[in-house]
Amino acid sequence: MENIILSVLVENRSGVLSRTAGLFARRGFNIEGLSVGETEDPSVSRMTIVVKGDEWVVEQVCKQLNKQIDVIKVKKLDESLSTRRELALIKVKADPKIRGEIIDITTIMKSNIVDLSPTSLTVEICDRPERVELLQKLLEPYGILEMARAGMVAIQKGDGALGY
Amino acid sequence: MVNCLMKEQVPVIFGYPGATIAPFYDALASSGIRHILTRTEQGAGHAASGYARITGRPGVCVATSGPGATNMFTAIATAYSDSIPLVAITGQVATYQLGRDVFQEVDTTGAAEPFTKYSYLVKSADDLARVFKEAFYIASTGRKGPVLIDVPVDVQKQLADFNYPDRTSIRGYKPTYDGHPLQIKKAADAIRRAKKPLICCGGGLLSSGSEVLVRRFCEAAKLPCVSTMMGIGAISPNHPLYFGMLGQSGVHTANTAVGESDLLILLGARVGDRAFTRPSSLESEATIIHIDIDTAEIGKNMGTTIPIVGDLYRVLEQLEQKNLQGTWDEWLGYLGALREEDKGSRPVNAQTVDPNALVRLLCRYLPENSVYVADVGQNQIWSARNYSIDGRFLTTGGMGTMGYSIPAAIGAKLASKDKTVAAVCGDGAFQMSMNELATMRQHDAPVKIVVMRNGKLGMVREIQQSSYGGREIAVDLTGSPDLSLIAQAYGIPYALVNDMDNAEKIIGGMLNADGACLIECLIDPKEGTIWKT
Repeated sequence: MENIILSVLVENRSGVLSRTAGLFARRGFNIEGLSVGETEDPSVSRMTIVVKGDEWVVEQVCKQLNKQIDVIKVKKLDESLSTRRELALIKVKADPKIRGEIIDITTIMKSNIVDLSPTSLTVEICDRPERVELLQKLLEPYGILEMARAGMVAIQKGDGALGY
Repeated sequence: MVNCLMKEQVPVIFGYPGATIAPFYDALASSGIRHILTRTEQGAGHAASGYARITGRPGVCVATSGPGATNMFTAIATAYSDSIPLVAITGQVATYQLGRDVFQEVDTTGAAEPFTKYSYLVKSADDLARVFKEAFYIASTGRKGPVLIDVPVDVQKQLADFNYPDRTSIRGYKPTYDGHPLQIKKAADAIRRAKKPLICCGGGLLSSGSEVLVRRFCEAAKLPCVSTMMGIGAISPNHPLYFGMLGQSGVHTANTAVGESDLLILLGARVGDRAFTRPSSLESEATIIHIDIDTAEIGKNMGTTIPIVGDLYRVLEQLEQKNLQGTWDEWLGYLGALREEDKGSRPVNAQTVDPNALVRLLCRYLPENSVYVADVGQNQIWSARNYSIDGRFLTTGGMGTMGYSIPAAIGAKLASKDKTVAAVCGDGAFQMSMNELATMRQHDAPVKIVVMRNGKLGMVREIQQSSYGGREIAVDLTGSPDLSLIAQAYGIPYALVNDMDNAEKIIGGMLNADGACLIECLIDPKEGTIWKT
């Protein structure tokens, strides 16, 4: 069982997100992550869906998605042939005495500090999922107060584009 | 909206009015479209389904918002599971009232989403023409199914210019019609090499109008056939190449054929769990060719060796060109002998009304080309196993909705005035839909109704007997009405059949006479559907 990344082009209409989520729930497919936004064409949105499953699950997910009237195109993205990004905002306990250590970590991990208070700071990272995981692990010992993580966004490498 | 229906050449619609669909009904009154008022919205949906299955065009059903729509959901879900084309129109509260829990408001499109092919909530009258054009297109193409159009009452009252599009194109919906030539070749090669090939007829053959074609194809290639419940009638049940219905409630010959076949060719069958009880062992024992218009069904429940995505009619035409000739006389002989054995092994109990013999008797007296509508339960199984006319067999295979037969038969009758239409049900299902006898009378759609009465919810009782140590609960229908008085109340001729002798006399008379009738047959509650073989 592994995580599969699907890039799905859909009609930019109300109800499409609900239909897609409903489809996954109904058929028992596990959504690990989901993000959606407009593309360069305002009538089309792109959903990036991360699904956990075996070969049968992947085939059925793609087929059931394609069946949907609002779905224009479905492509499975190869991990090594795509650029994948996740955004996370992590609020960490940061006493002035140890703030320096935390800043070291965030600098090495090429992330930014976007908020500061006398007892905390908020780190913003936009990177491959593995590096987001790593930053979270490195910050955990200091005490994570809260965290907001967005679904993965992905796009094929090279000059190919999902056509329709 | 009415203009759209006229552009789609819809002559009849089935519905039940209410406050939020009143503007539509007002426009309907001055159109040439015939409206059939049923006695519940569920009946309207089932009637539209029966109508659609006979005409091949989408059936149209209409309801008001809130409870009107929710009452129709069962019929829509039933059509969805059997891939029947339907366009369901519902009224909705005004656009500025949506989401405020006003009178008779329900999230119709949200609630119906799991069992519609697509749905529309129309926010402006300017969208109506495009929506209707798309809805009819989606409902009647690819894998057919119900499409719902929800129209708020203020949108119904808006003024708009009427321009019905000539054609429609939906970029996310492009059904495949022709089978891939390479896959066709692979399939033809596999058939030539097979020693024990078997065709499994599914509902897709009827949905695609391929009955004549599939018969010609099987005869030329001498291919033996079995069918799922939804595929009954694709091949005439009396055809020498037909070996019965397979599955949990199927006949022994058909199930043996499936088990011993080395090449299984599925035509428009979705490998439902009642038809295929052990798909994973089947896929390892035989080569499977799966032909279906819905690619998502191929590989869903059973792995496939040779998938062919396409419209069955086109694919069968392509396969016909391969001029396949059968070389499996021994296999045919073997199946024929099994079939004879099966026929002989059923003793008929003449003291009561034997349900299997009853269905065969009905079929003897129903004219060829009749429409036989089976309800759900034990009676459905007896009907499916013993149906033997070359006509149309309609039932709910996917959803198994009790109460389907009477309203669906009414819809079927309205679509085929010159044919005899029979609805066969149990006494439980009869009580679920006997209100539609008024519809039958009001709109002159006479149906021959046969009630197999055993005073029980027979199938559930059988399950309780076999799986719950015989502990019966909630299956007793004491308190049911006197059916002779119900028939009288609705002005229909009535007859009681209580053994096989008077069965012969009564049924002949009732089925030969014109008009509706109610034939009550007393069945022993101990009769079962599980045959010992």
